[in-house]
Amino acid sequence: MYEPKIIGFLCNWCSYRGADTAGMARMKYPPNVKIIRVPCSGRISPELVLRSFREGADGVILLGCHIGDCHYATGNHRTAKRMPVLKKLMEYTGIEPERLYINWVSAAEGEKFTTVIKEFTETISALPPFVETMK
Amino acid sequence: MKSKKKPQERVGVYICHCGSNIAGVVNVEDVSTWAGKELEKEGVVVARDYKFMCSSLGQELIEKDIKEQGLTRVVVAACSPHLHEPTFRNACSRAGVNPYLFEMTNIREQDSWVTTDKLEATKKAKSLVSAAVGRVVYQKPLESLFVPIDPNVLVVGGGVTGIQAALEIANSGQHVYLVEREPSIGGHMAQFDKTFPTLDCSACILTPKMFDAGNHKNITMLTWSEVEKVEGYIGNFTVTIRKRARFIEESLCTGCGVCWEKCPKKVVDDVFEAGLGYRKAVYTPFPQAVPKYPVIDHENCTYFQKGTCKACEKFCPTGAIKFDQQDEILTVKVGNIILATGYDLFDARKIPNYGYGRLPNVFTSLEFERMTNAAGPTMGKVVLRDGVTQPKSVAVIHCVGSRDKNYHNYCSSICCMQSLKFAHLVKEKTGGDVYQFYIDMRTPGKSYDEFYQKIIHEGVNMIRGKVAEIIEGEGGLIVQAEDTLVGKQRRIPVDMVILSAGLESRADAKEVAQKFGISCSADDWFIERHPKLDPVATMTDGVFVAGACQGPKDIPASVAQGAAAAARVLSIIGQGEIEIEAATAMVDEITCVGCKQCVASCPYQAIQFLEEKGKAYVQEALCKGCGTCVGTCLPKSITLKHFTDEQIVAEMIGAMRVMKSFEMTEVA
Repeated sequence: MYEPKIIGFLCNWCSYRGADTAGMARMKYPPNVKIIRVPCSGRISPELVLRSFREGADGVILLGCHIGDCHYATGNHRTAKRMPVLKKLMEYTGIEPERLYINWVSAAEGEKFTTVIKEFTETISALPPFVETMK
Repeated sequence: MKSKKKPQERVGVYICHCGSNIAGVVNVEDVSTWAGKELEKEGVVVARDYKFMCSSLGQELIEKDIKEQGLTRVVVAACSPHLHEPTFRNACSRAGVNPYLFEMTNIREQDSWVTTDKLEATKKAKSLVSAAVGRVVYQKPLESLFVPIDPNVLVVGGGVTGIQAALEIANSGQHVYLVEREPSIGGHMAQFDKTFPTLDCSACILTPKMFDAGNHKNITMLTWSEVEKVEGYIGNFTVTIRKRARFIEESLCTGCGVCWEKCPKKVVDDVFEAGLGYRKAVYTPFPQAVPKYPVIDHENCTYFQKGTCKACEKFCPTGAIKFDQQDEILTVKVGNIILATGYDLFDARKIPNYGYGRLPNVFTSLEFERMTNAAGPTMGKVVLRDGVTQPKSVAVIHCVGSRDKNYHNYCSSICCMQSLKFAHLVKEKTGGDVYQFYIDMRTPGKSYDEFYQKIIHEGVNMIRGKVAEIIEGEGGLIVQAEDTLVGKQRRIPVDMVILSAGLESRADAKEVAQKFGISCSADDWFIERHPKLDPVATMTDGVFVAGACQGPKDIPASVAQGAAAAARVLSIIGQGEIEIEAATAMVDEITCVGCKQCVASCPYQAIQFLEEKGKAYVQEALCKGCGTCVGTCLPKSITLKHFTDEQIVAEMIGAMRVMKSFEMTEVA
């Protein structure tokens, strides 16, 4: 059993605060995810996701505000459109598309955040390390 | 990124113990020693751990190191940056380091509080510190932009909270637009009879305030109006308001009341009288309404529906009735917004076993408020649904829709006190028996528990237990409940039941939140910036919340919040100008291909396309720094300051550097 490395891109306004909410409620989840705070999920270009894999990540999780709740009105609309295309491209190039996960977590949803992280860590743990699939 | 040389910086790393909050789980000494040694090649020259970094001593420690060790970058690993990023940015600034050369990493909410295994938590802390150090050396100094504040204020909601906020601001000399959806301001408080715990008359204390607001030279009152659109940012909002047609020419109307006397059409008043009384098709909700002008209810007016009548027009002495009046669309400019949109009452029909809507003598709390009100439909008499019979016994049921996982989990906070007030009013007006069915009695607040004691002494029967059902029987109603203090089931025959229905967020709270760019909790209450330390601000600068729209609240708390929001707004106006986001986007004109993808992706229309150059251009004052354009730009010509690709990649490499080295040491 290896310890997967996961990069988590979280928007500053909803999901990062959702993670803080989980902390304030002392909910427990695996430590594999390293959270990178970004202003909006829309900031994350497909290249940054791919770059995470190149730098050694086994999985990337991208969390933003619920559609309609975006602090920047429509930033997450771009995420919602962009990322499924990237998943298709990943599949095409031989990267398991489940290594990238997109969801919406609000500032109030500490519990959802914890569940999402637990489940994604399990999904990634069940896959071989990313470097091995690239051999 | 690889081709560029890593900048040579002198980084200081500070690990906070946060008492035992962090140090109890994370081995902070180990993290700081490790950072000093292992991250030396990344530029770390000082690494320390300290009990409370946010204390003045902690901040002085940073300032001293900046001056003595010549630090050019600072990393603090402590709580969430949402809490203390401004604190440490200020400390850096004081010691001469640009605040944007500081990076904070969260080893409390996102590490020590969520990780069970101490070794794992320590490892995660190292990874987070390494990521922050990796990033900070690529950060660039930024200068903030300042924009002037428009001193006008928009207050949405004319209940007691909104009135208080509007008066505070107007009295200070600033102009307020007070928008109210109903024909009159006053909100729920205008419907009540008595207020707890003092039992003074609600209207007597509210109507002077309504009058003041209605006649204030600095308040533009927009009733029967709703906000349609909000654009802009703190200091510079443009708000579009729909002022619905009243079909009354306000400049001619004297409020004499002839129109509603002559109107032949009677309508059940579902809003103000809670369905218990009637109004006319042309009406003011109550005699003390502010403003005094009535409205014509388009849906129920005989003229609008059938084409004939016009009785009001015939009798109006000033010719103020205007059947051809249209909705007006107003655009106002304001610098700050206060939302005081209040609450809705829980719909008791949702609990079928309580029989509301089916059993005539089951009333809601709001119906009872109207009933006991001397100006209400029964002229203050407590009577059954038939309108004449006085009840000999009354049951008051607490927590209807609140503290119930099937409906709302939260406590509505006002119902215990309200129910005790009802008990007193029933006793006073009928002398009958009163049974209170409660789960727990919650009476915190000044003079509240004393009120509870007083009601007990008045001879009210207190039964601790949740009511299972209310059925018909024995010539009246039977309340079935478990008396948990006695441990027995009880069936109590009564003539009347009052359901103390909980408070819930407005049905359109989510829609309103989206309009103003703020968020809602799981129960759709508006979310404040910080539950304790910033209770009236929101995550959107310039938008404040006050009163029950933020969560269930009684009158004193709502008034306090209205005034608090006003004070916050006045403090911003007093500053004259405000710092706006320095982390804005920037276009590299050399590589921009002019595809206009960024222009289309920007939620704020902040990106202009310069036709003559064929390049995109970011207008800094409009840019909010979301970076959506950066994620969209194919040739990577747009950079979001403070969140550049370089910085984000350095952060991820930093994080994974630790994960890798740990794996190797563990294997070895």
